[in-house]
Amino acid sequence: MPTKPAPATDLAPDPAPDAAERRSTVRALLRLWPYVRPVRARLGTAAVTAILASCVGLVIPLVLKWMVDGPVADGDPSGVWLGALYLLLLGVAEALLFGLRRWLVARPLAGVEAGMRADLYRHLQRLPVAFHDRWASGQLLSRGTTDLMLLRMFLAFPLTFLLVNGVTILIGVGIMLVQDWTLGLVILGPAIPVMITCGIFEKKYSAVARRAQDQVGDLTTVVEESVLGVRIIKGFGRHRSQARAFHELSHTLRGTELRKARLLAAIWAVIVTLPEVAIGAALVVGAVQVADGALSAGTLVAFLSTALALRWPVESIGFLLAMSQEAATATDRYFEVMDAEVESAGGAGDPASVLGGGERGPALRGASRAVQARGEARLPAAGGLRFEHVRFRYPDAHPDSTPLLTDVDLHIRPGESMALVGATGSGKTTLTALVPRLHEVTEGRITLDGADITTLSREELRAMVAVAFEEPTLFSATVGENVLMGAGAGAGDEELDRALAVAQADFAHALPQGTGTQVGEQGLSLSGGQRQRLALARAVVGRPRFLVLDDPLSALDVHTEAAVEAALRQVLADTTALIVAHRPSTVLLADRVALLSGGRITAVGTHHELLRTSPEYAHLMSGLDGHETDEGPQEGNGR
Amino acid sequence: MTAPTATAPGREQPEDPEHGDPVEAGARTSAVDDDSFDRDVLPSPPGATGALLRSLLAPRKARVALTILLLLLQQAAVQAGPLLVAYAIDHAVPALRDDDHGPLIAVGAGYLLCSLTAGGLQYAFIAAAARVNQDVLLDLRGRIFRHAQALSVDFHERYTSGRLISRSTTDVESLRELLDEGLQELVTVVLSFVYIAALLLWLDLGLGAVAVASFVPLYGLVRLYQRRAGRVYRQRSTAIASVIVKFVETMNGIRPVRAFRREAVNDADFAVLNRHHERTNGDALLEMARYVVGSRLVANTAVAGIVLWGAYRVADGTLALGVLAAAVLYLRRLYDPIDRLGMFLNSYQSAAASLEKIAGLLAQTPSVPEPAAPKELPPLESEHPGREVVFDSVSFGYRTGGEVLPRFELTLPAGQTVAVVGSTGAGKSTLAKLLARFYDPSDGRVLLDGTDLRDLAVPELRRGVVMVTQEAFLFSGTVADNIAIGRPEATREEIERAAKAIGAHDFIAALPDGYDTDVRKRGGRISAGQRQLVAFARALLADPAVLILDEATSSLDIPGERAVQRAMTTVLKGRTAVVIAHRLSTVEIADRVLVMEHGRIVEDGAPDELIAGTGRFADLHRAWRDSLA
Repeated sequence: MPTKPAPATDLAPDPAPDAAERRSTVRALLRLWPYVRPVRARLGTAAVTAILASCVGLVIPLVLKWMVDGPVADGDPSGVWLGALYLLLLGVAEALLFGLRRWLVARPLAGVEAGMRADLYRHLQRLPVAFHDRWASGQLLSRGTTDLMLLRMFLAFPLTFLLVNGVTILIGVGIMLVQDWTLGLVILGPAIPVMITCGIFEKKYSAVARRAQDQVGDLTTVVEESVLGVRIIKGFGRHRSQARAFHELSHTLRGTELRKARLLAAIWAVIVTLPEVAIGAALVVGAVQVADGALSAGTLVAFLSTALALRWPVESIGFLLAMSQEAATATDRYFEVMDAEVESAGGAGDPASVLGGGERGPALRGASRAVQARGEARLPAAGGLRFEHVRFRYPDAHPDSTPLLTDVDLHIRPGESMALVGATGSGKTTLTALVPRLHEVTEGRITLDGADITTLSREELRAMVAVAFEEPTLFSATVGENVLMGAGAGAGDEELDRALAVAQADFAHALPQGTGTQVGEQGLSLSGGQRQRLALARAVVGRPRFLVLDDPLSALDVHTEAAVEAALRQVLADTTALIVAHRPSTVLLADRVALLSGGRITAVGTHHELLRTSPEYAHLMSGLDGHETDEGPQEGNGR
Repeated sequence: MTAPTATAPGREQPEDPEHGDPVEAGARTSAVDDDSFDRDVLPSPPGATGALLRSLLAPRKARVALTILLLLLQQAAVQAGPLLVAYAIDHAVPALRDDDHGPLIAVGAGYLLCSLTAGGLQYAFIAAAARVNQDVLLDLRGRIFRHAQALSVDFHERYTSGRLISRSTTDVESLRELLDEGLQELVTVVLSFVYIAALLLWLDLGLGAVAVASFVPLYGLVRLYQRRAGRVYRQRSTAIASVIVKFVETMNGIRPVRAFRREAVNDADFAVLNRHHERTNGDALLEMARYVVGSRLVANTAVAGIVLWGAYRVADGTLALGVLAAAVLYLRRLYDPIDRLGMFLNSYQSAAASLEKIAGLLAQTPSVPEPAAPKELPPLESEHPGREVVFDSVSFGYRTGGEVLPRFELTLPAGQTVAVVGSTGAGKSTLAKLLARFYDPSDGRVLLDGTDLRDLAVPELRRGVVMVTQEAFLFSGTVADNIAIGRPEATREEIERAAKAIGAHDFIAALPDGYDTDVRKRGGRISAGQRQLVAFARALLADPAVLILDEATSSLDIPGERAVQRAMTTVLKGRTAVVIAHRLSTVEIADRVLVMEHGRIVEDGAPDELIAGTGRFADLHRAWRDSLA
């Protein structure tokens, strides 16, 4: 793989730290090799083609020289035809070669981009949920779009043209020196200053450019928030402060952009002036030599023409390097995500990779445990859903902080439904996320019918456990597809209708195209209650053995809630279920209730038992407690 | 999502010399919404785009003129070079042979002067142009922002946040790219075309005429490319838009994706979309290749033709050698930028599309305008901080038609707590939004202590009425900042008092940095219920005369709900309050209940009366009681 061409580094010796930076740029870009490998032949051919095209461009002035010094000087009009024919042929060749180069790389590079994007998507889908909690989807998206686009452009242009321009410059300089070495040196004079300026500029510019980009990001945040929170801003009449923040940020951005423009202006001034001065000098020196007869007029014309032809290759090196730098950053950003370890498929004999070679999943741990666990008999007594000394701390939390769940012990018997009650922020939702292994327990274990969930493949585990989330998400698909996601492949209308009936989501039949109506981002927008009922239908459609429901009825009105409850009771009769509940009505769906408090299960029993025995539970369910009276009056007047 | 600030997806267009891939920028910026193009462009009066552009440039007329003048001079200096070459070959060399150094010295001095002038003017031009560009963008960004904020909630509900955000980010961005990279280059190219053509014509009418004639096929090629590429790029935008939608949807719904094992199905779906984009992407690149071949062929043929004829005439003695040399040098400059021309036109097209969308947005008139002559609320009549609300023969329907609330009369005495119940779509939220002046009534007036809401300036209105909604959005910043939105000048003590009154103090104190915890940073996991408590604390701090709670307790647990009720009977005692809730627990603190159905108030009375009766509310209440068991 061609990296940097000789002229770029040889003619512009950079200070040491920069050289180190360059090397890391190269190292970053080298990581693209696996993706480039399949198209290396095409890329190589394209580079050779481009070199040929450049050389053809350099021969054109020589033909001019031949014409001026030969037929023109001799006053031989017919001889001119031959020269013109050469020019035409060379011109056609140059055009076709440039076209050929583009044709050679067009489809393969689009393929590289698409391949990298598909890999990214596949990888992201399999990264732990904790990873997605940390990364905004916008950040991931910009890696999947802008960054990959930059990489494709890098492969198409800078990679090829750093080589091509290097060769072109060498050949061009060679031609000029051969024709007249003094003139050649005069022309070459500004090359080194220009390249050094470009190098310095590149560094300064990329720093300012990055700052501008961050500021655009901040500005975008203000814009996003002021749109998303428009009801709050309007509700409290806070346009002014929001507008002030926007005003300040946009003015700062303007300042940075102007600085960027001044840098750009300076570099262009240098790039325009120095070579022009050199050409002017060459013209004067050349004219003296022509007058002395030491140089032919044709050589001078050819010479100036060549010098002109070399301007772009020299000028562009700075930009090509800047683009390479950006591509290196894009590569780093891409691999930053690709290097994050995906969830192992989990379970015994798990083939560690979902992704093939690039994957070093920690599956072995799961596998060895699996052998142990499978060895243990699946005792009937251990059936159901069991949490054993489960401890959990979010991976991004401070390692010394108290875990959210310190020691959870809970047994839900087969077929039993258990309500989970706890104060706001006690970790109820987190606990439910541990069952389908959306998060991994820090310590302890969870078993389903006696099998440690880490010994099951995730596929198997998630097929056994169905979940309805607090935030009901529907995908861009039909209502039917959204619900049937929860079922196996064979499920059809019958299952769909049953699930919709259970969730009291029969409204779906009354939608414009019935259950074939598109919903989600690009479809019909449904109310919170409607979405919640569809999410519930999705959870029950597959008749799962284990059901996890996170506050499944919060957005429903009283009547609907009662109807859903009645239908759910039948489903729950033979399902092992864990139901996060905020209200007595939801709690009463379950056979028993567990109280989550201080990271542990502090009480288990029926609703009525706990109301009697647990003051905390009674408080959560009724809102009444001994402290009530002394809280209110103290706060007294709000202002 | 607790994640680092999202930056706009769609920046980082590199400087793109000569062989750059032109249209990425355009495709990218329009990618997000090209798919819903028809819905995206709001109706605007004809010529609104042009008018917008003019109004942006008008305040900067002098600067624009200066920029253009700088460019004219700069190009004159740049294009003088080959003329000096011609002069050197045809005059200075013979003069030198006669030992006359004057002409050569003049050439050298002239060349040096031209180079320095060209460089200096280049600097001045870029700096001046950047100033104009940045001022235009600043102006435009500000206008979009202010306008979006001025537009009513009902506009926001119909237009969706995503589109509004992409108007002020990606669309402004595509205009920025055009101004920064496209426009000045395009002007430069056109200007140098004109200069060079004029110089060639002046040097030699015949050679110049041939060069000018070559513009005809070139123009045809550019047009052809624009047409063909335009089609391909539109397809590609649509393709990448589908890819983006699928991508974002998957990442935002990663939990259900995982829990329902959608990975493999998604991979397959994504592959189809991705392959479609790959194909159109390849098509676009090939289209560019075709254009490059075509334009190069025309240019190189023209050069060969001109050289043939020129050389023929030099050999004939009817043309000076220097003129031929100058002509050849000019021709190189003439045809050099034609590759780029196609791409400028593309970025121009995409920027024009963006500008059209922005113009459409700016052409929307706020349906809830600020009063021209604001009035003040009368001083409070009683010791109660609450105010009387009167709906005076109010009716409401969306502009698109369909009456939501038929004409009605309603008076809420100062200090009364009113619960509004009814099924989804009964018009409860609309009633609340009319009172909060998120909407204006289609007919009739909403009066606050006798003053029409439409006559109150925003700050005065918000001292009067504050609404807390179900979606408890948190702004980036600390928890304290978020509460202080209720009253920016509040002290930390007051903020904490509000939080304590609503029962939010304990969880806030338990956050890593307490009240100073950044809600968007690590460790700032704040649950839906907790966010609603913060929203309440905000409302307490604002201390309005009228408080509206629209489903504002849906995510709270019972203690949270109790804390809110407690606050209403203590801290907020005496305020007029309108409470909308699914849960009837709220009713316990209400003085009065309104039952709504199909936009009408069908029952109205004290809770006890209604419960004792046989109406809808009695049913509802029984069902709710049963659910408490």
